[in-house]
Amino acid sequence: MNTRRLMKHKGRNVYMISGGVTKFAKASPDMDFRLRVKKAFDYALNDINLSLDQIDGSVASYFSDHFQRQLMSGIMVQDYLGLTPKPSKRVEGGGATGGLAFQTGYEEIASGRMDVCAVYGFETMSHVNTWKGNEFIALASDTNFDYPVGGFYTGYYAMMAVRHMHEFGTTVEQMAKVSVKNHGNAMHNPYSQSPMKLTVEDVRKSPMVAYPLTRLDVCTMSDGAAVAILASEEKAFQLCEKPVLVKSIGTGTDTMRLADRPFGKVPLLPNESQSDYKNLKYPGIHSFRAGRMAAKEAYEGAGITDPLEELDVVELHDAYTSSEIQTYEDLGLCKYGEGGAFIDEGKSSLKGKVPVNPSGGLLASGHPVGATGIMQAVFMHWQLQGSIKKHFKNDALQVHNAKTGLIHSHAGTGTYVTVTIMEAV
Amino acid sequence: MTIDYDAKMPESQEGTEVYNVDPLIVKSTYSIDYIHSYAQDSEFFRALGKRKLMGSKCKKCGYTYATPRSHCMMCGSETEWFQLPNKGRIHTFTTCYFGSEQFLSQTPFHLVMVEFDGVDSLFLGRLIGADTEDLRIGMPVVARFKRLQSFSPTDVYFVPARE
Repeated sequence: MNTRRLMKHKGRNVYMISGGVTKFAKASPDMDFRLRVKKAFDYALNDINLSLDQIDGSVASYFSDHFQRQLMSGIMVQDYLGLTPKPSKRVEGGGATGGLAFQTGYEEIASGRMDVCAVYGFETMSHVNTWKGNEFIALASDTNFDYPVGGFYTGYYAMMAVRHMHEFGTTVEQMAKVSVKNHGNAMHNPYSQSPMKLTVEDVRKSPMVAYPLTRLDVCTMSDGAAVAILASEEKAFQLCEKPVLVKSIGTGTDTMRLADRPFGKVPLLPNESQSDYKNLKYPGIHSFRAGRMAAKEAYEGAGITDPLEELDVVELHDAYTSSEIQTYEDLGLCKYGEGGAFIDEGKSSLKGKVPVNPSGGLLASGHPVGATGIMQAVFMHWQLQGSIKKHFKNDALQVHNAKTGLIHSHAGTGTYVTVTIMEAV
Repeated sequence: MTIDYDAKMPESQEGTEVYNVDPLIVKSTYSIDYIHSYAQDSEFFRALGKRKLMGSKCKKCGYTYATPRSHCMMCGSETEWFQLPNKGRIHTFTTCYFGSEQFLSQTPFHLVMVEFDGVDSLFLGRLIGADTEDLRIGMPVVARFKRLQSFSPTDVYFVPARE
C-alpha cells in the first residue's frame, strides 16, 4: 500500500525566477486582498524586470471563502493584476493551499502548457474576530463528528502533542524551544509579523490555549500575500540571472478525521529500516503520514537518500511548535521519536546542522493561509539565490552556500501535505 | 408608460455601524440556517437516543471503526453497523481554554480520543468529571448519553470509569 510509483514522465525542468511577499500583519485594512497581491506581484516583476505580457497564466491560492464572504476572489485578483484573459485556476487544500498551488504552477510548466506562470496566494483573516476565525478554520474538520465536539484546531493538535509526548517522551520545554528559535529568527526578517526574543519560560508562562500548547506555541491569524514566478528552463535563463531549480515535488494525504488514522507500519525512507520502529504503531495520531509520503515522493524525485546530510535549509509548516517537532521526523531529518532531541541539540537552529525556518516560520512570520506555502517558496528562493541581504536588508538569516532546500506545506490535522525540493544552479 | 423625472429611492433609517473612517470599516452580517442531512451517518445519531454508540464494521475485510463510515477506507467495501462497548480508554486528551466562537462560552472543556477493545479506530468526545491533572492516557472511561437529544455527536460524552 505504501509503495509509490514515480511520475511516468517527469516533464520539463521547472525554475523559480522571482518572488515577492507583503509584510504579514494581524490586520492591514488599508489594502484589500487585490492590492496586497499586486504589491507582492509588482515586487516579483520588478526584481527581474519582467512585464505582464511575458506571463502565460497563473494559479490562485486562497483557502477560505468565509473570511471575506467573497466568492471567486481568485478572478478578482487575476483581473486586478491585468492577467485577464490568460488561463488561471484556483487551488485549495486548507493550510497546504499555498504548497499545492505552487506545485500546480510547477505542473503548468512541466507539462509544457506554460513557459512562465505566476502563482499568487493571499488570505485576509482580519475581517472577523480571532474566535470566529478559529470557527471558520475548524469547519475544515468533519462537521458531523469533529467540529461539533471540539471545533478548535489547537485542540486537535494538542491531542496529537500529548500522544507524541506519551509515545516518545517529548517535553513541553522542547516544544517551547521551537517557539524561541522561530520567533528569534524572525527578528532579522523584516516581513515577519511577530519577531520576539523569548525564553522557554516565556513560552510556558503565556496563557494556555489547549493543554499543553500555550499562546506562544501557536501561530497567529494574518493578512498577507505572496507571489512566486515559475518558468521553463529556456525562459528561466533568458529572464533571470539566477534562477532556482524546482527539483521535485511530493504530495501526501490522510484521513479527514484524526479518529480514522490507522495503526500500521512506517513508510520507510532510504536511511531507515523497519527494525527502527519495532513497536511503533503508525501513524496513529502522533505522526503525519501525509508528510512522510510527501517527503518520500519528493526525495525519490530528487534522488535524496540521506535528507539530514543532503538538505541545507528547510522551511516547514510550524503552525504549532509540536508540529515542527513532528515534521522533523516525517521529513526524516531524524528518526521517529528523536524530534525532541533534534531541537534540544540545536540541529535546526540557524547555525545548526540544517537550519529549519530561518525566516521565523508560520509561528513568527505569520500564517495568511493561502499565502503561506508561497511565502516559504519565496524565502527559499532568496536563500538559494544567496539574495537574502538584498531582500531583507541584512544577511543575518542567509544560510551560507545553501544549495538544496526543502519547503513543506501542511493542511488540516495532516490531511494534505506537500514537500518541494529546490536547488541552487 | 409612466416616466417620473423626479423618482426618488425610499430612504432607510437602518444605517450601518462604522468602526473606522479611514480606511472605511463597516459592520456586515451574514447568517444562514442549513438543512443539514446526516445522510448515511443518520443511524449513529438516532442510536444515541437509545443510549447506544454505533460503529462500523467492514463486511469484507472486517476492519472496525469507532467513528462510523459507510464504506471501508482499507478495501472500499460497504460496512455494517455494530454496537460499540460503552467502556473504553483514553488514547489521548487535551483541555481547551479557548475555542471557536461557537464553543467559547463552554471553555474550559476536555477533549478525549477514546479507544475501545477490539476496535481498530478511535472516537472523539468530550469528557467531564475530572481535572486535567486527573487525565492520563490509558485511563478507563465510560460513555454517558444525554436524555434530551440535540442530534449532535455531543449527545454522548465520557466520564471516568470505576476500575
